[in-house]
Amino acid sequence: MSDRYHLAIVGAGPAGLSAAGRAAYYDAVNGATTPSYVLLEGFSTFAKTIQKYQKGKHVMDEPGFLDLRSELGFTAGKREQILASWQQSLEAGINIRYDSEVVAIDGEKGSFRLGLQSGDVIEAEHIVFSIGTQGNPRALGVSGDAESDFVRYTLDDPADFKDETIIVVGAGDAAIENAIALSDYNKVFIINRRNEFSRAKDGNLNAVLAAINDKNRGFYCRYESSVAGLELPACSGQLGALILNTPSGEERIECHRIIARLGTVPPRKFVESCSIEISSPSMEAVPDVDRHYQSNVPGLYIIGALAGYPLIKQAMNQGYDVIEFIHGKNTKPADYPLLQGQFSGLPYVMDAEDVLDLYQQRVPMFRRMNPLAFRELIIESRIIVSLPPSELAQAAPSGDHSTHFVAAGEPLYRHGEFSTSFYTLVEGEVQLQLEQDGPWHTIKPGQFFGEMSLISGRPRQGDAVVSQDSILIETPRRIMVKLMNSNEEVRSGIDRVFVMRALQAAFRPQLSLDELAAIAGRVETCQFKAGEVLFSEGEEGECLHLIRSGTVMLTRGGANMVVAQSHSGELVGQLALMGTPKRADSATAAVRTETVLLRRPEFLTLVNSQPEHVATLQSRLSDTLQKSNAMASQPQAARAIGFLMAEGLGEATNALVIDETLCVGCDNCERACAETHNGISRLNRQSGASMAGLHVPVSCRHCELPHCMKDCPPDAIRRTANGEVFISDSCIGCGNCETNCPYGAIKLSYQAPKKPGLLSWLLFGLGSGPGEPEHFKPSAAAQDAGKKAVKCDACMGRSGGPACVQACPTGAALRLSPNQFAQLVEGR
Amino acid sequence: MHINLLAWRGYRYGKLALILGLLSIVLYASQGGDAAQPPNGGTWQGYVLGTVGALLILWLSVLGIRKRRYNSNLGTVQGWTSAHVYLGGVLLLVATLHSAAQLGWNVHTLAYALMCMVIVSGFYGLYVYLHVPGRLAGNNAGKDREAWLEELAALDEHIREVVESCDAELQSMALSALELSRLGGSLTQQLSARDHSRILLPNQSKAVSNAEQAVMIHSLSQRIPKARKQSEAAVLNQLLALFGRRQVILNLLRRDIQLRGFLKIWLLLHIPLTIALLVALVIHIFTVFIYW
Repeated sequence: MSDRYHLAIVGAGPAGLSAAGRAAYYDAVNGATTPSYVLLEGFSTFAKTIQKYQKGKHVMDEPGFLDLRSELGFTAGKREQILASWQQSLEAGINIRYDSEVVAIDGEKGSFRLGLQSGDVIEAEHIVFSIGTQGNPRALGVSGDAESDFVRYTLDDPADFKDETIIVVGAGDAAIENAIALSDYNKVFIINRRNEFSRAKDGNLNAVLAAINDKNRGFYCRYESSVAGLELPACSGQLGALILNTPSGEERIECHRIIARLGTVPPRKFVESCSIEISSPSMEAVPDVDRHYQSNVPGLYIIGALAGYPLIKQAMNQGYDVIEFIHGKNTKPADYPLLQGQFSGLPYVMDAEDVLDLYQQRVPMFRRMNPLAFRELIIESRIIVSLPPSELAQAAPSGDHSTHFVAAGEPLYRHGEFSTSFYTLVEGEVQLQLEQDGPWHTIKPGQFFGEMSLISGRPRQGDAVVSQDSILIETPRRIMVKLMNSNEEVRSGIDRVFVMRALQAAFRPQLSLDELAAIAGRVETCQFKAGEVLFSEGEEGECLHLIRSGTVMLTRGGANMVVAQSHSGELVGQLALMGTPKRADSATAAVRTETVLLRRPEFLTLVNSQPEHVATLQSRLSDTLQKSNAMASQPQAARAIGFLMAEGLGEATNALVIDETLCVGCDNCERACAETHNGISRLNRQSGASMAGLHVPVSCRHCELPHCMKDCPPDAIRRTANGEVFISDSCIGCGNCETNCPYGAIKLSYQAPKKPGLLSWLLFGLGSGPGEPEHFKPSAAAQDAGKKAVKCDACMGRSGGPACVQACPTGAALRLSPNQFAQLVEGR
Repeated sequence: MHINLLAWRGYRYGKLALILGLLSIVLYASQGGDAAQPPNGGTWQGYVLGTVGALLILWLSVLGIRKRRYNSNLGTVQGWTSAHVYLGGVLLLVATLHSAAQLGWNVHTLAYALMCMVIVSGFYGLYVYLHVPGRLAGNNAGKDREAWLEELAALDEHIREVVESCDAELQSMALSALELSRLGGSLTQQLSARDHSRILLPNQSKAVSNAEQAVMIHSLSQRIPKARKQSEAAVLNQLLALFGRRQVILNLLRRDIQLRGFLKIWLLLHIPLTIALLVALVIHIFTVFIYW
């Protein structure tokens, strides 16, 4: 016996709930007596991920520019409020079926069959997938492993448990962090299936080994042990037990509680088992869907995070829209007005959907994208139209989501500017330089540029000047990176052009584009992790590296003796092809680095085509040789550079370096930082490493390719044209950036309370005085808003420059870029 | 690239102070002076010098405020400090010329004396600011105090574990050495950096000095040759190494506390004396005008 519905919605997250809400609306309108749809949820409650947020967590409703379109309510607020409002909608009549995990899907449009865990089968004409990407926690896999008071798959607050025996199963970061936190007040066993904690982060690895070896801590580990069974406690408060298979036989451990942290089950396998294709092998890749969210399986729709839209509001809008589409309504999606705004300043009158199609056809690279991905790209991009200066003055001011006007004949960007966006020319012409004062290249419609900064994170090289009546699409780096990760053709297309332009910039060859493309096809792209060696001192070399991204340090006479550093766009190892083949230095990647490897034949083709440029290359090489020789003769200085590189400053653009021989430890820098940044200091002077009188405190160094910008859901981390990386007010406090920053320069903090004025403190002792208060109780409003990420913004916009530097009474604090390091260490 | 506060902007305020000093001398000399009216604070030149001196004192004390006006873009704090040092130095000359060495037991001389003490304490401060940070960095060898304290704590933990396998006598001695080690203490103890660590010897109720961990190290080194078993000797040897390292870290920390003390102690004089000076200065000016 199976139930049959018009529509089955799988997964009761925000997307699924919203879809069900809309489906219920149609039922009401049509006067249906039985629901035509069913919302299937594998878990015992709806919106599981949000239910598992900590109590009182503030949930944001980014993106702010998008309106909500759903039968269910959603505004930014506390987790409880949002869940309560959805609960209400559910009670008002949504046909939801809990504990109904879908394990198999077969059939086709009109007659899908959904197999449930329980063995039941549901038939449906259409399926909407809204299962998200969070997945479900991997269960213990023995009888009795359902989530209960005794068996838990999450840990909200370790302080909830005291004087208990608790078994933590798992060896990942979550398991280790939970186990160590619990062991403060409990006896803890950690169960590791393998014989080492290889999956954990370094910090957790050290911590877990220290805890295991600590005789005073009730912390025990069972290696190479798997769970064979469990005995639930007879009644609450009594002990249960876990049965383990260990190398020395079966072991039974009595315990009050079991906490299993075995990771989540990735949905990919399941998704593919439903014949849905995921074209890219990348871990982050999601299935392709069309403009109506339909996957390659007709009648099977995918919305929400699994379709690549992780934000709640987007997911809810899609839930609404997808039901409209299934009901045959050609509703304009919620983002249609945004598109209209984007195209509002175009010199022709055309429906936004048609412009979208036209532009996708016009650019070869975009033709291969699926329409939904292209739509998102446009919404996240800026449409730029160039006007003669006289008309520009009269043009409507451009807002966030309207056409952006620029003056024709003026640079779109200038040499040295920090911007990493990517430009695609749709109409008109752009004159492009590939290096400062270099020759001009003409960009035609359908071509793109800006890929250099996109890939390397370095400031722009050369200017880009736009001619009259040109139309461009300017896409932020974040969107391009996402696209390149999910679309192999786009990635390789951009890569090929990158290599060609990099070769043009480095050698200025007089070759046709075909010849150049042939060379670009022959060169090899190499990737090096920090610390990996490109070539070693003394060996014979017959190739050179052109750096794509990252920093390479040249060392001589020892790994810590850095005589030179090269950045993207520069050549390394050219001495082997232009002088003696014997390598004078070792080349090591200072940070994650990508290079283009050129061998002698390609090198000769390039330089022979433009003999005049050889002199330039030669003079650059002699310049480098002079500098590296000077550094090699000052071992102290070379070692100091080595130290700075080891501290990760190779990828810095603006780093705080303190001269310890001048620093009196007054912490005025920290106080100045706190006082100029809402009471929270973004720098910790005392922490961080020192060597030879140089101290690199914990503070943001504004990396070339900032790690923190990688997965910021609301895209709150931005970079200014001057290079400052900052966090905008749209931060939702998720903590991704804090985790991603390898230098500990980001922290999450409540807003600090307001302070009395300086004189009130000086004269009457009011308040805690200048600087960040050591302990403060956040106000109710600050607690309500939740913690937000804070980091150094290099005091952007402050006319006196960084406050930490300006407030240093002894001149010990300086902010430097890597090209100043040589000057810094010489003659110390 | 890093420039110390004296050399800031090519000794800009040093040059300014030099000019101010020379002008003051010329002004002072222009008083000529005879037996009836020797150079003093009451001539017009004396008034000018006095006014300059008073304004300098006021301006110099504003550094305390400027330093904490973190939103101010009025120069850099380093520039202000550089000016503070030079102009504070030349103030000694200006005020002395203003006083024309007419000292006595009165409020005027009190103001002068307070000013001299402030300036002298400032000179000391300048000396330590220029010399101590380098020594501090050298002493701490690339780690901060927290890191050294952590290493010390780990070391102590290790000693506690190792000593468990030793006889009760040595065990209680070693544990007392750990417990009775002293860092910091009163102001004088911090500044003197003397080791007040003690140890409880077997069969004694009163602890004796264990400065430099010497008693412990001596006792361990004497026990090693007398050890009956190889394993015992190995343990003792390990303890000896641990206590040796402990001695080094304790010394380093004590030195760290001392040097940081040197960097701070003078402000405990400089600031209160400045406030006293400002009060005395006001009284000085008032009385001068009252008795004019």
